[in-house]
Amino acid sequence: MQSFKGFIIKEFKQIIRDKRTLIVLFGMPVIQMLVFGFAIRNEVENIKVMILDHSHDEVTREIVHKLDASNYFQVKGELQHYGQIEELFKEGGIDEVIVFDTHFARKLERGEQPAVMIVTDASNPNLAQLIQQYTSAIITDYRQDIAVSEVPIQGVVPKISMMFNPQLESVNLFVPGLIAVILMLICALMTSISITREKEMGNMEILLVSPLKPHQIIIGKVLPYLALSFINVVTILLLADWVFGVPFRGSYVFFLIESCLFIFCALALGVFISTKANNQQTAMMVSLAGLLLPTVLLSGFIFPISSMPVILQVISNVIPARWFLVIVRSIMLKGAGLIHVWQETLILAGMTLFFIGLSIRNFKVRLE
Amino acid sequence: MADAIIRADNLTRKFGDFTAVDHISFEVQEGEIFGFLGANGAGKTTAMRMLTGLLIPTSGDAEVAGFDVYSEHEQIKKQIGYMSQRFSLYEDLTVQENIRLYGGIYGLSNKEIRQKSGALLETLGMQEMSKKKIGALPLGWKQKLAFSVALLHNPKIVFLDEPTGGVDPITRRQFWEQIYKVAEEGTTVFVTTHYMDEAEYCNRVSIMVDGRIDALGSPAGLKQRYRADSIEEVFVQLARGAQRGD
Repeated sequence: MQSFKGFIIKEFKQIIRDKRTLIVLFGMPVIQMLVFGFAIRNEVENIKVMILDHSHDEVTREIVHKLDASNYFQVKGELQHYGQIEELFKEGGIDEVIVFDTHFARKLERGEQPAVMIVTDASNPNLAQLIQQYTSAIITDYRQDIAVSEVPIQGVVPKISMMFNPQLESVNLFVPGLIAVILMLICALMTSISITREKEMGNMEILLVSPLKPHQIIIGKVLPYLALSFINVVTILLLADWVFGVPFRGSYVFFLIESCLFIFCALALGVFISTKANNQQTAMMVSLAGLLLPTVLLSGFIFPISSMPVILQVISNVIPARWFLVIVRSIMLKGAGLIHVWQETLILAGMTLFFIGLSIRNFKVRLE
Repeated sequence: MADAIIRADNLTRKFGDFTAVDHISFEVQEGEIFGFLGANGAGKTTAMRMLTGLLIPTSGDAEVAGFDVYSEHEQIKKQIGYMSQRFSLYEDLTVQENIRLYGGIYGLSNKEIRQKSGALLETLGMQEMSKKKIGALPLGWKQKLAFSVALLHNPKIVFLDEPTGGVDPITRRQFWEQIYKVAEEGTTVFVTTHYMDEAEYCNRVSIMVDGRIDALGSPAGLKQRYRADSIEEVFVQLARGAQRGD
């Protein structure tokens, strides 16, 4: 026990003395949080709109006015004919053109459906889609307003209610994903690097010849990173609350327990990588390409899993962050408890056990 | 040969089809300086790893300090010190911290560590450097310190795997003085090297060629048998027939 304690103290000392490691450990979570929180947003503001109005009556004028009055749109001017649209988009500077049908007000009065055409620049598909949604929302809104006083509107009109994240704040979605990414990075990347460093420098041989047991070596290497990742989780949560006002509706204790589970999983992956990699470079490349990229791209952090090709959806099942993400989002935004996320928890726990088993087996193989 | 402290009997290790160590048998007496010579790739390190419990032999028997290498390597680990060819102290820890760490790993109490590290630094004349990081020391100092650290827990046997690689002749000489000193105190020294002049300092040497021990005896005895002036000549005669090599 005495020897084990000394070993852990040494690990902490090494981390604290290595400035680069420290920056990665504590600087990166904060920077990532701020970058993701401020720069990457799914909301759009100040969409630049041109109008091509074939009717020029009070209804179209009112809709245009309504658009212009909202925060999202800026009406830049009017077009004369259809042919101008393409040239305008090529030049850039305009995000949307709205075309109104002829005799708009009269058709509406007669109970017909006058056409509104929304033209967007789909070279940025996400933006184009958002603009479309915003525009239709405002027009539908206007139709409902007049419907109350005049003619009942035709057809089925869905009433939409966005639960749990009504403002569609992207920060609320990024924070859980970011926790997963940062934990993966620190636990898996840092442990795999620090263990392979021991190998590279020849220290591992000495440790293996010493009375320290293999499991003591692993735990000793892993424990400091467990502690540090825990600090990071708390930092991210505080930042999320203070800087971005992200709600936290669930139980903190439950959240920390689930985070621990994910941390264990990442640590086990880190140890596993280090049993396979012989030097720090390999460990780093494998961790980045094999763990970090899938965690960012395939876990549902940025791209929704349901809209991926089937193959990628299948692959996403083996990515621990995918399950962790569901859990964290549920806890933070919906206030879910174990009853709601027990399946995801079970899968994550299973993966963790599997990777721990795998890394212990591999670590022994190297020894004997 | 009553008090053999290392005993190997037809010890063999294969990696797939490749037989790295091929049925070697030898004994090392207590308090002896035993030189384990051979060209690169002859199987020295593999043999040493089997004796230190890092590798399980494929076949054959071996005992170290009276313990079996198959079943009792945990006991063996407590009886031996080990210093590898690659430098093995932590560069980003201070001299003092390294001593503490290894003392702790070998189960010494805080009090013992304090006493021992004081004595150790004094013998090496390194008291002033105790707060310096290992990385800042010259290689010669590091080697001497690593050797002393490997002896911190008074092991019965110390295994040195090419301890003097890359060190200048003067430091090598000093290093061997250190080896003589611990041997006089009763510690058995098992040392691999490919510096043939160092072989002359050993009580007995074995020369490995292609995984087998081709010659074993005192340096003087070997020179006589092979009618050579130096161990180097003996080695060249033996190594000429080698299949493996650099």
